[in-house]
Amino acid sequence: MKQVILTITENTALTPTTWRMKLAGDVSAVTAPGQFIDLRLDGHFLRRPISVNDVEYGTDPDGGDGTVTIIYKVLGHGTEEMTHYLPGRELDVLTGLGNGYDLSDAGEHPLLIGGGVGIPPLYLAARQLMQRVRDGSVKDVTVILGFNSEDEMYYVDEFEELGCRVAVATADGSCGVKGFVTDAFRALVTECGSLCIAEAFGDENDPDSEPEYVRYTHFFTCGPEPMLRALYKEVYEEAGISGQMSFEERMGCGFGACMGCSCRTVTGYKRICKDGPVLRTEEILWQK
Amino acid sequence: MAEVRTISMDNTIPDTRVELCGITMDNPVIPASGTFGYGYEFAELYDINCLGTFSFKGTTGEPRFGNETPRIAECPSGMLNAVGLQNPGVDKVISEELPRLAAVFSKPVMANVSGFSVEEYVRVTEKLAAQDMVGWLEINISCPNVHGGGMSFGTDPCMAGEVVSAVRKVTDKPLIIKLSPNVTNIAEIARSCEAAGADGISLINTLMGMRLNLRTRKPIIANVTGGYSGPAVFPVALRMVYQVYDAVKIPIVGMGGISSAEDVLEMMMAGATAVEVGAANLVDPYVCRTIIEELPVTMERYGIRSLREIIGAAH
Repeated sequence: MKQVILTITENTALTPTTWRMKLAGDVSAVTAPGQFIDLRLDGHFLRRPISVNDVEYGTDPDGGDGTVTIIYKVLGHGTEEMTHYLPGRELDVLTGLGNGYDLSDAGEHPLLIGGGVGIPPLYLAARQLMQRVRDGSVKDVTVILGFNSEDEMYYVDEFEELGCRVAVATADGSCGVKGFVTDAFRALVTECGSLCIAEAFGDENDPDSEPEYVRYTHFFTCGPEPMLRALYKEVYEEAGISGQMSFEERMGCGFGACMGCSCRTVTGYKRICKDGPVLRTEEILWQK
Repeated sequence: MAEVRTISMDNTIPDTRVELCGITMDNPVIPASGTFGYGYEFAELYDINCLGTFSFKGTTGEPRFGNETPRIAECPSGMLNAVGLQNPGVDKVISEELPRLAAVFSKPVMANVSGFSVEEYVRVTEKLAAQDMVGWLEINISCPNVHGGGMSFGTDPCMAGEVVSAVRKVTDKPLIIKLSPNVTNIAEIARSCEAAGADGISLINTLMGMRLNLRTRKPIIANVTGGYSGPAVFPVALRMVYQVYDAVKIPIVGMGGISSAEDVLEMMMAGATAVEVGAANLVDPYVCRTIIEELPVTMERYGIRSLREIIGAAH
């Protein structure tokens, strides 16, 4: 964790309720996708924790010329206030909070699943995984994005530009698969025998190529808790694919001091802000 | 400016030392229990030995998860919390947390004790008092977020006195009793604690409050109610410290909304010998160090040579 002053360089609406903000300065404490930063806003006592959407480190060895991108949904007074902030404004920010996703477990065919405001942190994960595709350690990256409707969609093009295979689900069916991300997941997979969940890959330039069936090796997800529960059941328990899930909770401090965001896990009590927000499917204990 | 120049010409640095129940502290600034963990999160950021001391996370006899989440809600100039005394229990605190704490903090520390029965207060106090690094014991009879213990001891003068008498028997170390503001007559409770053998009083714990979610029409906090803290409660805390100063002779640790060096001076003038800083730590993790750094220049601004001279100056 590092407390820094960052300067807003961009603050634009992606949809009527979803905004993207870019902040320049020392972002060296951000070390993994899935981490978050905590912004102090005028007139609000608690900071606002928002996941890192992307990070660029710049060339300054002291890390002073980097940029961090966040995407936030306008949900309350704080995020509403943020939409009025103009480029040039300086913000007091705690950076590099939380554990983030561990991409070393991605395997050759990782699957990224994001729902609504949970999509932003998957972008940095996808970008870093696509670098591994170029290195050869990852073969392909599949992304499922879920929205309520077409007019709430954002970042589909950005994931495609990275080179990911992107599937979209909308609750009202206005784009992609009608339903939830689990419906899109079912549409992607084909059962082969009793165990193998597979996806057809063919050469798009060769209509005669035989599809190649591969098993997703790991999944990374972030989104509303009902979505996480559904994915836990379908992807982890039923399809047998391990994954990492990013959780949201109301936080006090954001850095592990106040025990405001504790949860129970298989390995004991954890703080969503410090020991999470990413938990592995193997350690999750659902409440109620 | 004239005052500043006079003191500077004397070439003396304002004296920030205070004595709390027989132990001299470099300065009166104490991070409050529950906002500072066992110190290590903050020790990653700065050398926490600059603190007067700190009061570590409230400890009970058995491990506790605490309340369900959400445990936090924002308020104007403050926050509600209903953590519910999450802690690993006194035995694990001694075997696992205190050795780690000792690696980052070398001054006497304040142990915060909670319980659900007099017997539990006694057992936890006895075990923590036996630890060399523990300088003071802060007996929390004022947690608003647990049921069947905590605040119920701190809202009745007889029960408060009963807890204090019982823990008094098991240690000679300074006992500071942490009081709840959710009472009609704070002075009466403070007097009862003093009569039962307390060495000091700390106050205030949080004010009971609640918030609703307009979309769900239900309380934001799973526990329904939570404790209100932050700058908004400072005037309430100051008033209570002022009243308790008139009621007892033992020293007072003042807390409630303190977030600047000027707040420290004001609280001490009301009657506090030392101060605790709570909610501010959660928003600005460096706030205690900043307050300590700014104390000397702030003292100069108000013509204060030694903090000891301003304790209770408002009376």
